[in-house]
Amino acid sequence: MRFEHTKLPASAIALRAELRSFLAEAGRDWTPAIRARSWMGFDREFSRELGRRGWIGMVWPKAYGGHERSGLERVVVLEELLAVGAPVAAHWIGDRQSGPLILRRGTEEQRRRILPGVASGELAFCIGLSEPEAGSDLAALRTKAERVPGGWKLNGRKIWTTNAHLSDWMIALVRTSPAPEGGSRHAGLSQFLVDLRLSGISIRPIRDLLGEESFNEVTFDDVLLPEDALLGQEGAGWAQATEELALERSGPERYLSSLPALTGAVDALRDVPGADVAVGRMVARLNTLRGMSLSVVGMLEAGEAPAREAALVKDAGNDFEQRLPEQIRALLEPEDMPEDLRSLLADLTQLAPTFSLRGGTREILRGIIARELGLR
Amino acid sequence: MRAIILEQVDRLLAANSGAPALRRLEAGEWPEDLWEALEGLGLPLLLVPEDLGGIGLGWADAAAVWQVIGRYAAPAPVAECMLANGFAAAAGIEPRGGFTTFGLRAPFGRFAAQVLLEPAPGRIALHAPGTHTPGANIGREPRDDITPGALLAEGALPNSHGPRALRLGHALLRAALIAGAVQHALTLAVDWANTRKQFGRALGKFQAIQQQLAVVASEAAAVSVAVASAAQAVDAGGLEGAAFEIACAKIIAGEAAQTTAATVHQVFAAIGITEDHELHHTTRRLWSWRDEGGSERAWAAEIGRAVLAQGGAALWPNITARDIP
Repeated sequence: MRFEHTKLPASAIALRAELRSFLAEAGRDWTPAIRARSWMGFDREFSRELGRRGWIGMVWPKAYGGHERSGLERVVVLEELLAVGAPVAAHWIGDRQSGPLILRRGTEEQRRRILPGVASGELAFCIGLSEPEAGSDLAALRTKAERVPGGWKLNGRKIWTTNAHLSDWMIALVRTSPAPEGGSRHAGLSQFLVDLRLSGISIRPIRDLLGEESFNEVTFDDVLLPEDALLGQEGAGWAQATEELALERSGPERYLSSLPALTGAVDALRDVPGADVAVGRMVARLNTLRGMSLSVVGMLEAGEAPAREAALVKDAGNDFEQRLPEQIRALLEPEDMPEDLRSLLADLTQLAPTFSLRGGTREILRGIIARELGLR
Repeated sequence: MRAIILEQVDRLLAANSGAPALRRLEAGEWPEDLWEALEGLGLPLLLVPEDLGGIGLGWADAAAVWQVIGRYAAPAPVAECMLANGFAAAAGIEPRGGFTTFGLRAPFGRFAAQVLLEPAPGRIALHAPGTHTPGANIGREPRDDITPGALLAEGALPNSHGPRALRLGHALLRAALIAGAVQHALTLAVDWANTRKQFGRALGKFQAIQQQLAVVASEAAAVSVAVASAAQAVDAGGLEGAAFEIACAKIIAGEAAQTTAATVHQVFAAIGITEDHELHHTTRRLWSWRDEGGSERAWAAEIGRAVLAQGGAALWPNITARDIP
């Protein structure tokens, strides 16, 4: 694996300034609870505003509602949104993976029908991968689509689907033909664009440890999908989902989820003995992870497929953002924290376990690195 | 140019390193033949401009070469000599032949033809070696306390080098060597895990081993990125201008050194502890080099003090403002 230095374009400076001035205004009333949730926090009105400003689908062709800017400009927008903990979940998945997948694998009609709505912040996507019996072992999934006259009949169940109850579409990975006897379970899988308003779909929220309903169980009971719900090639679902996961793992949200806590803590730590060394180490990690993350973006921009590099950076980034709240806590007594910081840390502490679960568990990612090392 | 030199250095060190060479070095023997070959490549003059007889490459090139040297556990102190000659040339002093070391606790000082010092901020002085009290780091590399001899030449560094150029350059040098050594330790451990069998299968087939080595791979990538980014920052803005990136690189290098040494020894188990095994030449250097050129604690304190003084709101803008345009 090689991580070449990626240089941001000169236009990044002005773009960053534009974002900062917009966010200073837009984020004035964001509570610590909103900032803690950041890219897990759903606010469709805010996403619409970003869409109006051209900050969703930035790299897509204009014909599909995009703005034909570079991936290196897009990452500037992502960084600035994450740095202040902006609530971006309503468009995040569509912008990051579903949209690009449709752009790459979808039909012309699918692109025209769906992408402009994603880019305007109107259409929200959720991820249809995990199932009750298929977590890290994704190929064990059982949801099935069978050919019927005029389309497909979908049966089965997806789970841990973040914000499914608020989303319009799901890209679901399902089985369209049985795995060949003694052959690879990766064969016979396909991806579908599922309109979540279709009848036969029920979405049951699952209350999480925060006492909130952010993820769901989505049940498909004889759902009739139109012919053109198939995304990409029948039977190529595994390869497509692998591409999708590489996109899902490649962004700066994999190390920046806790950054608002660090910026919030710096002021409270000013006179705390030993804080300088601890903060210096955290900032060195942050800066280095940023270099690694930008390197992955640079590879994507160059048309490469840095799936393994993305897995490595996600794992390292998750480790950083997961430990960050604990490191702050090690320096400051709760009663010495300003109220905003205390409540931000309280939420992050409860959210942090998911960082190394969502988008591929730590163990799966390290398995990918081990394979790259030649150990498996 | 860089690619050619990297390949030449790699080939030369591959033929002249390994446990026997490192054992002789640690026993106090000067690697005469290797040194002559390195001089033959012009390596000690890599950072010296062409008009002073050097190769005239930059810090990013030097750091890449240092990583290669680190991969071979530095069988000769040529990285140190590159740094010293680079500083001499930057101060307008024409580099002299032979091995030049630097500092009052001088790497391989007992073998030096001359020693480079920073007598005052921004000033460089080249001295005859004088006398020394021998010492060594835990890598058993000579670290000799020098009483410098006659002043041979003196000059001023350009402003962009700042008032503590030697400390910064030394930190980058050690971080780059660590980056290479971490990579080498990982390679050794992966080879071993794929060879050694227990419970009827190769160690590397156990997830417990895979997961640990994946973390080392991650650290190897991190330190390599941090070093490359620091070296590029020096090329773009001078040593003092790159102080933040150099500090980051040395911090990550120190942390990577710790994680790597601990993990590879765990993977190798008892055989890796033996004198006969090559592993310790690398791990003892990792433990030494993290303390030299400023420990990760020292550099973290510097970054941390600045971040705390500037306040939380400035943290992210300050980081992004350092992007090289």
